[in-house]
Amino acid sequence: MSKTIIPFGPQHPVLPEPVHLKLTLEDEVITEAIPAFGFVHRGLEKLAEIRDFHQMIYVVERICGICSMIHAMCYCQGIEEMMGIDVPPRARFLRVIWSELHRIHSHLLWLGLFADSFGFESLFMQCWKIREKILDIDEATTGNRIIISVCVIGGMRKDISPEHINWILSELKDVEREIKRLETTIMTDYTVMKRTVGKGVLTGKQAYELGLVGPTLRASGIAQDMRMLGYAAFNEINFEPVVETDGDCYARCKVRFRETLQSIDLIRQAIAKLPDGELAVKVKGRPEGEIISRVEQPRGEVFYYIKANGKKNLERLRVRTPTFANVPALLAMLPGMWLSDVPVIVLSIDPCISCTER
Amino acid sequence: MIEHVVSISLENVVGETAKMKVEGYRFVTLSCVEIDETTVDILYHFDKDFQLKHLRLTVPKDSPVPSISPVYFAAFLVENEIQDLFGIRFQGLAIDYDRTLYLEEEVKQTPFCKYVVIKTKPPL
Repeated sequence: MSKTIIPFGPQHPVLPEPVHLKLTLEDEVITEAIPAFGFVHRGLEKLAEIRDFHQMIYVVERICGICSMIHAMCYCQGIEEMMGIDVPPRARFLRVIWSELHRIHSHLLWLGLFADSFGFESLFMQCWKIREKILDIDEATTGNRIIISVCVIGGMRKDISPEHINWILSELKDVEREIKRLETTIMTDYTVMKRTVGKGVLTGKQAYELGLVGPTLRASGIAQDMRMLGYAAFNEINFEPVVETDGDCYARCKVRFRETLQSIDLIRQAIAKLPDGELAVKVKGRPEGEIISRVEQPRGEVFYYIKANGKKNLERLRVRTPTFANVPALLAMLPGMWLSDVPVIVLSIDPCISCTER
Repeated sequence: MIEHVVSISLENVVGETAKMKVEGYRFVTLSCVEIDETTVDILYHFDKDFQLKHLRLTVPKDSPVPSISPVYFAAFLVENEIQDLFGIRFQGLAIDYDRTLYLEEEVKQTPFCKYVVIKTKPPL
């Protein structure tokens, strides 16, 4: 049978971000998929060589808007470990609260986009409506909705007042109720099942060998979540990774849906244990040496390699974002699938191209 | 500071990587660090049960490095990235973008090198 090559992207209906897929098809079935990048590469890692290591917090926050706080936390943790700084307990718990708020709004954003990828627009709108409440919490507590800029080396720059804590808890109750209202639709609706069950299947072995991370890996039955490392205050609250075993788009959807509810529980636990005390310690000196810092973003493990030589700027900052690790999954999942399944499968890894290219 | 670092040479890059795979390590990524005008460090990062292990390869910039993508397929993307940004050539890549992953074909510079390197042709 003759082959057809279809350019999918860089501008296409699935993602607002530019990524190109060169799809080779036989009839309607994909035989090969080759991704192409380079449309939004900004060279942010290189900025570490000319910017002060404190200023780099603002730069890493802009690697990805959706998980900006978690990027900043990972970077600060690395520098803090290098300089031997002990972060105050209150700051560690605040990091858990804000990072889990980020995870909720990222997953709700993804659930909406995922629904949109198979034309379920009312579900898309419901998910984004709930997400607004989380963004309102971010705005009320930090002054910003997305890039909240609360992490500094040595702790946090902002606190959450007792009045805000009561309000957050009541808002989370509403968010939880509204997310649970969507459960039947997301888990059992004919349209969702028809477009996601059995699509883009990866076994646990395949997912592990491809080096996948986050919900994409956990949906294939591998219980790996960097929060199990116990960074920030995750070692002081109860946490079990969410795992599914089917390895298809539906399983990845279920993992993210369940993680949204789990994050609400983690925030409640962190608020219940939130200690009093100072927000940050004073930082003296400059970092020196090599360090690796890893945390769990909504899309999976983010990996920072930092090399410093005692100067005000870093010698090398290397960031491996979760989507970068999950792109090889597309090359394994797409062959054998129908062309009409491409948007759903691409979305199922929750791709973030500005993360990938940095 | 980074623990569990093993120094390797060009001859045993693929062998050592294959050993990691047999031992059940997950491929995490590669980090390329420019040491001076002529040398770079390439760190190969692996993870097993939340423990990281690293292989450190110190090579001259103009010396081609064997690709580990035949062992860990996922490495093809980061090896192509290093090819673009540092000009280090990888041999035997599963998918070779020939320095066009991020860059345009006409770009000859290596944007992440502090010391200017102009690459015109891939080494044989």
